[in-house]
Amino acid sequence: MAPEIGHYALILALAISLTQAVVPILGARRGNRELMAYGGRAALGQCACIVLSFAALTYAFITSDFSVEIVAANSHTAKPLVYKISGVWANHEGSMLLWVLILSIFGAALALFGANLPDTLKANALAVQGMISLGFLAFIEFTSNPFNRLDNPPLDGNGLNPILQDPGLAIHPPFLYLGYVGFSMAFSFSVAALIEGKVDAAWARWVRPWVLAAWCFLTIGITLGSAWAYYTLGWGGWWFWDPVENASFMPWLAGTALLHSALVVERRNALVSWTVLLGILTFSLSLVGTFLVRSGVLTSVHAFATDPARGVFILGLLIAATGGALTLYTIRMPTLKSGSPFAPVSREGALTLNNMLLLIACGTVFLGTFYPLLVDLLTRDKISVGPPYFNLTFVPIMVPLLIAMAIGPMLKWKRSELPQALERLRIPAIAVAAVVAITIALGIGRGFFSAVGSAIGMGLAVWLVGGSLAVLAYRVRLGLGPYETTLNLVRTTPLAFYGLVIAHSGMGITVAGITGMTSWATETVQSLRPGEQLQLSGYDVKLRTVELVAGPNYEAQQGTFDVSVRGRPVTTLVTQRRFYPIREQLTTSAGIHTNLISNIYVTLAEQDAKGAWPVRFYFHPFVPWIWLGALTMALGGFVSLADRRLRVGLPQSARRLAPTVAVGGPVPAE
Amino acid sequence: MSLSTANLTRFAPLLGFAAIAAGLGFALTNDPRKMPSMLIDRPAPKFALPPLDAGSSGLASEDLNGKVALLNVFASWCGGCRVEHPTLVQIAKDGAVPLYGINWKDKPGDGLKWLRAHANPYLKVGDDPSGRLGIDMGVTGVPETFVIDRTGRIRYRHAGPITPDVWQETFEPLLASLRSER
Repeated sequence: MAPEIGHYALILALAISLTQAVVPILGARRGNRELMAYGGRAALGQCACIVLSFAALTYAFITSDFSVEIVAANSHTAKPLVYKISGVWANHEGSMLLWVLILSIFGAALALFGANLPDTLKANALAVQGMISLGFLAFIEFTSNPFNRLDNPPLDGNGLNPILQDPGLAIHPPFLYLGYVGFSMAFSFSVAALIEGKVDAAWARWVRPWVLAAWCFLTIGITLGSAWAYYTLGWGGWWFWDPVENASFMPWLAGTALLHSALVVERRNALVSWTVLLGILTFSLSLVGTFLVRSGVLTSVHAFATDPARGVFILGLLIAATGGALTLYTIRMPTLKSGSPFAPVSREGALTLNNMLLLIACGTVFLGTFYPLLVDLLTRDKISVGPPYFNLTFVPIMVPLLIAMAIGPMLKWKRSELPQALERLRIPAIAVAAVVAITIALGIGRGFFSAVGSAIGMGLAVWLVGGSLAVLAYRVRLGLGPYETTLNLVRTTPLAFYGLVIAHSGMGITVAGITGMTSWATETVQSLRPGEQLQLSGYDVKLRTVELVAGPNYEAQQGTFDVSVRGRPVTTLVTQRRFYPIREQLTTSAGIHTNLISNIYVTLAEQDAKGAWPVRFYFHPFVPWIWLGALTMALGGFVSLADRRLRVGLPQSARRLAPTVAVGGPVPAE
Repeated sequence: MSLSTANLTRFAPLLGFAAIAAGLGFALTNDPRKMPSMLIDRPAPKFALPPLDAGSSGLASEDLNGKVALLNVFASWCGGCRVEHPTLVQIAKDGAVPLYGINWKDKPGDGLKWLRAHANPYLKVGDDPSGRLGIDMGVTGVPETFVIDRTGRIRYRHAGPITPDVWQETFEPLLASLRSER
C-alpha cells in the first residue's frame, strides 16, 4: 500500500508542478495578485507531496519490502539500518526522487521566506522552479519510476554495493544535490529577471544567499566524496578527475564565479548581464552533470545503471531549460543596464579576472571530460585523457587565480592602485619568500623542478592565508590607529567580511594540503608476518595480528598494527579486507590515523604463498588539510550567510544595520 | 559595452550551447562500452610490450596464441581497476581463463608497485606507457577487457570494471561458447 501512496503523491506533485509552471507567470503578466500568490501555495503543496512520496520509498527500504523492484535490487534484510536508509538514494530511481525532493524544498523555501520579494519576481521565479520540477517529475514518472512492483518478490534482496556502505557516502549525495539543485534558484531568478527585463542591486541581494547556500553545500558534498574515495578505495588518492567528479566540480567552479560576480551587481550594478548568464550557466552545468552520470555516454566508476531513453530525456530537459533560458537572454540582453564603468585595477576588475580564470578553468575541465567524445565525433577514434591532462592545464590556470585572490580584496571599488594594495600585503609577501626559500632548501635534494613545484604550492598557500589575514588586519586598521578603533571595527565589521577571510584562508589550507600530499607523501610495500615490522618516514609499523572477524553483513580479515616513533607508541591501526557474501565482493577498509597535520595509512593485501601479508603503508603529510581547508571554505560561506544583510527576510532592515563607518578602506559601506 | 557589440555577442551563448547540445546528442548514439565494429572478429594487432620489471618477460601477441584468453587493460591511477581487481584475483585463483594484463599510460614503476600491493592476477603483464597499443586496440579508458579466441581474433570488448555480475552474465557464457568452437 505504501508504495502506491508514494506513487500517487508523485503523480499529484507532477500535476501541481504543471500548474505552478503556468499560473504564476500568467498572474505576473496580468498583474493578478491571486494568480501570483498561487505560485507559493503550489510550491508548498508540491513539496508536501514529494516529501510524502520520499517517505513512502524510505519506508519500503526500512521495512525491506522486496515487492518494490529497486528495494529488491539494492537492499537486503541483513543490512544495518543506516544503509537501508541511504540505499534509498544509492540507486538511479531513488536518487532522482531525492533530487526532486531537494528541488521542491528549495521551491518551498522561496515561497516561505521570499515574502519581501517583489510579487512579480517571486511569481516568475516560482514558475521557473515549477517548470524544472515538471521536467524532472516527468522524467521520474516516465523513465525511472521508483515504485515499480515485482510480481514475484524475492525472499531477500540483492544487497547494496559494499563500496557504498559507508557513512561518508551515505550523506554525500544529499549534500551534493543540495548544491547541484540549489543552483536552480540562481537559474530561476536569472530567468525571472530576464522575463521582467530588470536586473538591479536588489535582485543580486536576493539571489546571492541562495547561491551562497548552494555553493556551501556543494563544497561539503565534493569534500565528502573526495574523503570517501581516499579512505574506502584503499589507495590513498583523493581526486581522480573522473567524469563524475568533474560533473560536480564544473558547477562548483561556475558557482564560485557567480558568487563573486553577483557581489559586483549588488555593490556596483555592473557585470549585470554577465551575472545573469552565469546563473543560467551554473545550473546548466548541474544538468550536464546529471546527463553525464545518468546517460552512460562516458565510462566512470560511479556510473548508474544506464538507459538510452533516460539520456535522451535528460538531454531534452537540458535543451529546453538552457536553450530556453539562453534564447530569452539573447532577446533581453540589450535591455539590461550595463552598469557603472570601472578601471581595470579595481575590485570589480579583480572580480572580473576571477570570473575569467574560473570559467577558463571550468572550460578546461569540460573539455577534458568531453574530449574523448569530441575526438570520437571528429575522427571516430576512441581516446581517453587521464589525470596528466588536467594537471597540465588546470593547475597553471589556478596559479594566477590564487595569486589574485589575496590582492583582489585589497583593491577599492571602481578605481584602485596596485602598488598601494601590494604595499599592504608586504608582511604576507615576506612570509611567502621565507616559506619558498625553506621549501626549496629542504627539497632541492630531490630534484630542482619538484622542489620549485612544492615551493610554489606552499608559497601560494601562505600567500592566501597571510593575504586574507592581512585584509582583515587592514580592514580593522590593526596597527594603523588606536586600539579602541580596531576593537570597534572588529565588532562592526560585517560577518560577510569575516566569511571572505575564512573562505579565502580555507582555500590556502587546501592548497597546502594538495601541495604537501603531492610533494612529500611516501609509501612502502613490504611482506610481513605477525611480529615483523617495517619502517617509513620515521614510523615503525609492527604487524601484531591478522585475524578473521565478522561484521553485520560481511566477514573480514583484520590486520592490527602497532605504530611507534623512536620507540614511543603512537597508535594502533586496524585495517580490514571485507568480503560481502551477498554480492561476493571484496572491499578494503584502510587503517588510518590522523593528527590533523598528517595521516598514516595502512592496508593489507591477500596472504602470499609464503604465508606473509603484503602490507602497504603510506605517510601522507598535510593531507587532512585538503578537506579541512574545503570545509573551512564552506564555513566561510555559512558565516557570510549569517550576515544580517544577506538574510533573505531582511533586506529592508539590512540597509539600516549596515555599518556606516567609512574607513577609506577596501570595503566601503553601502 | 556599446549596443552594436552587444548585438553580436548576445548570440554567442546560445550558439555555443547549440553546438554543445548537438555534441551531447551525438554522444548519446555513442556507447563507450561498445567495441568499434571494425575491430570485432578481426585479429588482435601484433605487439610486443616490455615488462614492468626487468626480471620478467613482458607480453607479446604470441603469448596469447592458441587459447581463449582475456586481455585486461589497467592503470594504477584508475578507480574502476580497483573495483574490478578482487574479481580478477578470484578469476586467476579459480583458473577460469588465462588472464593477461596491459599496464596502460602509467608512470614508470607505478604499475609494478600497484601489482605488488594488490596481488597480481596476470600470467604476464606488458607495459604500454605511451598508450600506443591502446590506440591500435581502440581502448577508450581503463579498465577495459578484451576476449581473444584461439585464432587470435578479438571477439568481445568490455569497457568498465568486471564485477561478479558482469563476469557471470557476460563472460562465463561467452568463454564457454568460445571454448566449444573448434
